[in-house]
Amino acid sequence: MTRAISLTINGKHYEHDVEPRLLLIHYLREVAGLTGSHMGCETSLCGACTVELDGKAIKSCTMFAVQANGANIVTIEGLASPEGKLHPMQEAFWNEHALQCGFCTPGMIMVSKQIVERNPSPTDTEIREGLDGNICRCTGYQHIVNAVRTAAKAGA
Amino acid sequence: MIANAFEYTAPQSLDEALGLIAGGAKPLSGGMSLIPMMKLRLAAPEHLVDLARLKELNYIREENGELHIGAAVTHYEVESSPLLLGKCPLLAETAAHIGDIQVRNMGTLGGSVAHADPASDYPAALQALEAGIVLRSAGGARTVSAKDFFIDTFTTALEPGEIVSEIVVPVEPGLTGTSYQKCKHQASGFAVVGIAVRARRENGVVSLIRVGVTGLSGSSYRAENVEAALQGVEPTGEAIRAAAGLVAHSVDASADMQASSEYRKHLASVYTAKAIHAALSRSA
Repeated sequence: MTRAISLTINGKHYEHDVEPRLLLIHYLREVAGLTGSHMGCETSLCGACTVELDGKAIKSCTMFAVQANGANIVTIEGLASPEGKLHPMQEAFWNEHALQCGFCTPGMIMVSKQIVERNPSPTDTEIREGLDGNICRCTGYQHIVNAVRTAAKAGA
Repeated sequence: MIANAFEYTAPQSLDEALGLIAGGAKPLSGGMSLIPMMKLRLAAPEHLVDLARLKELNYIREENGELHIGAAVTHYEVESSPLLLGKCPLLAETAAHIGDIQVRNMGTLGGSVAHADPASDYPAALQALEAGIVLRSAGGARTVSAKDFFIDTFTTALEPGEIVSEIVVPVEPGLTGTSYQKCKHQASGFAVVGIAVRARRENGVVSLIRVGVTGLSGSSYRAENVEAALQGVEPTGEAIRAAAGLVAHSVDASADMQASSEYRKHLASVYTAKAIHAALSRSA
């Protein structure tokens, strides 16, 4: 049995009938067609599926789409301006070479945005604690920490 | 990983939710434990009732010398609440140890307490705070002490049809100090052991001490032998070390890949001493 949901994603209104067991990440990628958020571990450990739901970073692999009925979601696709100007956090990841393969990057950027929103001048320890729920298998994290610090200094 | 099919209801009121739960539906709160279990098909509820957005379960307020925290309050709201940071810093400090930012944004106090994972963080704090846990069903409400609520692994005093609806913590005078010290599982973030202490020093001796333990065994507990050893005693380093050494006495300590039962017991005594020192240093 399906249920009707209606929600806002990156400023755009969406309405669909979905099965209650459909995970939010599958909804975003396969129904809404927004493939920027990645499905990594499927077990709430890696954070690649992180999106913002009503201003809070959450793991969209550990939430059913029906729970997001009425919510306002921002995914990685919604960070840059319509003209293509990158969000300061995206800019910092680019400038600091904070990615190699890029698979974890959407989630890293979404959680980093939350870290800086809640703590505008985080220490490196606070940044690392904030990134606790996101795994990167390429970079060794140092450049990601540099990017978050740089973005915070730039007032991201 | 796809969960079994289920029916989903987002109720308009707590009464509606409790009515459905009385009929056999299962409560869903933040879903941080339930949804992974459903994806692995370790759990396959036929009907989920979503409590997360009910206003009647979303509040943190002070009333008659007690703090009342609704079950659907998230870990992030607990860790960042000015009221809790001011009047029950132990609960806020404990919440900040849970999982990661994303988990704390979704996971709820009531959900975690009801799930009663033996390695979860809150039980240690609730034991040390001598908190009350309000259980509500379509038939009414009752309050159970933390000590009586946590029975065993994933086993609590909850009866069928009941949910955890509120946590109640007495507000204490400023001279009480608290601390939560945790040895964190490096992969999962759960507590290999977690020790919460609430203590007061007056006239050079310990006038109050409560010690809550999580992670060590199948259920959280109050280490009353540690408390008795320090009550009325001058808290020298030697006295604290000796008392902390009793924390795992006659406890059937868990063993896993992360820590043998012998090592867990050793960790428990070390972290108990750390938590007692930290709590007393914060006791005015």
